[in-house]
Amino acid sequence: MIPEPFEYSAPTSLSEALTLLRELGDEAKILAGGHSLIPMMKLRFATPTHLVDLNRVPGLSYVTEENGVLRIGAMTREHELDESPIVAEKFPIFRDAARLIADPQVRNFGTVGGNLAHGDAANDQPAVMIALNAEVVIASLDGERTVPIDDFFYGFYMTAVQEGEILTEIRVPIQPGRTGNAYHKSERKVGDYATAGVAVQVSLDDDGVCTYAGIGLTNVNPTPMRARRSEEALLGRRIDEDAIAAAARYAAEDCNPSDDLRGSTAYKRRLVRVLTQRMIHKALERAHGRSTH
Amino acid sequence: MTRDITVTINGEQHTVAVEPRLLLVHLIREKLNLTGTHIGCDTSSCGACTVLINGKSAKSCTILAVQADGASITTIEGVGTPEALHPLQEGFRECHGLHCGFCTPGMIMRAMELLEKNPNPTEEEIRWGIAGNLCRCTGYNNIVKAIQYAAAKLRGEETPSTEPEFV
Ligand SMILES: Cc1cc2nc3c(=O)[nH]c(=O)nc-3n(C[C@H](O)[C@H](O)[C@H](O)COP(=O)(O)OP(=O)(O)OC[C@H]3O[C@@H](n4cnc5c(N)ncnc54)[C@H](O)[C@@H]3O)c2cc1C
Ligand code: FES
Ligand code: FES
Repeated sequence: MIPEPFEYSAPTSLSEALTLLRELGDEAKILAGGHSLIPMMKLRFATPTHLVDLNRVPGLSYVTEENGVLRIGAMTREHELDESPIVAEKFPIFRDAARLIADPQVRNFGTVGGNLAHGDAANDQPAVMIALNAEVVIASLDGERTVPIDDFFYGFYMTAVQEGEILTEIRVPIQPGRTGNAYHKSERKVGDYATAGVAVQVSLDDDGVCTYAGIGLTNVNPTPMRARRSEEALLGRRIDEDAIAAAARYAAEDCNPSDDLRGSTAYKRRLVRVLTQRMIHKALERAHGRSTH
Repeated sequence: MTRDITVTINGEQHTVAVEPRLLLVHLIREKLNLTGTHIGCDTSSCGACTVLINGKSAKSCTILAVQADGASITTIEGVGTPEALHPLQEGFRECHGLHCGFCTPGMIMRAMELLEKNPNPTEEEIRWGIAGNLCRCTGYNNIVKAIQYAAAKLRGEETPSTEPEFV
């Protein structure tokens, strides 16, 4: 399968890339890891007339911690998250997710920014970023703006990234207190997209009261989804089994899965319930296992 | 429409005029006549087309040739020689790691990076490590053994027994 013909540019600086995107307008499409875009172009679901390749733009690939914020460059590859020491220490959720995304070859190329910018509720990073309450930095020739993750996903393959813009960075606040996070998805086989996936982060104060709860769901809604009622069921109290059961039930009730090859609606709701329960437990275990301030 | 790109494949430099839409796997197979790299699914799933790009294993059916401009690429033809097989090739032969052989070049290229990063992988790490490569023949057990064999040999240790497993 061969894509339709297109023009190709490989700018070597961010400003050159932004200038090109401004000039080309809606004819252009950004090429990051290419592991969502190229398959779609081969199937001719996507037929951009000009690809702007970000792979030669320096300075877009990093994982650093600064002033209580984890900063991830948009072009950071999935496998680099898995191998980052900061991630290993404070965000094991990214390792959980990275290891369940596709397969090693795909993770060598697929980028964290592309995983979000693709705007697909089946991708795994969106739910994780929702649970962590991340912010997305978007650059254009006019400057930079920051979009909270809750305002980022507009619809199927549509995000806050507009013509002439590049997603450059993801910022994840590091919560005070004892914090734990975890992600799991159920998949039919390795490399498959989620039948359902659940991302959880919780923080506890010294009395064990929950000061932060973030829960994101993968592939059970037209867009990546925040399970708000589930979060509220945990917040402001000591998390006990009743609270966990309620959070899990709310997530199952509030999501909007559809019947497809991966399972029926009822099955997916059931999965969401079980995974929510398990991921809250796992996040709590991790919170108790260490302390960060 | 075409542009010149320069790639080093198995140590040899080539400058080729390509259309931007040419996939790397087609450059390798059709322009450079290196047909050891296979096309299985053509949908990024099977790993038969795996090559190393600057040492990283990649599905060459999902990468544009223009993206590889300036890169160093290794295909199965650049691994070992018939007289002096690479330990992975020897392992696949000794452990019956192949039947029809269609998946084998991709398996070996993937295992190259796996062993480079992790010279002493557990069985589980090997199985996760080749999760992007499908084999329709062997049932994988002997592929895992072949990689264990190569890992031992590359570490300079005695290679494990190569009796095939009958289950
Ligand atoms: C076999 C296979 C299995 C997969 N399984 C999974 C899975 O289980 N879970 C999962 O989450 N993903 C999965 N993926 C998708 C993979 O993770 C993709 O790499 C990822 O979705 C997109 O990242 P990319 O860097 O490859 O983006 P690309 O394919 O390059 O781009 C995707 C889209 O985002 C836009 N874009 C990319 N980067 C930017 C940017 N910085 N700014 C603005 N727009 C941008 C592009 O224009 C394009 O529209 C799979 C892919 C394959 C091939
Ligand atoms: S041919 Fe490339 S992954 Fe199957
Ligand atoms: S040996 Fe036939 S596909 Fe693997």
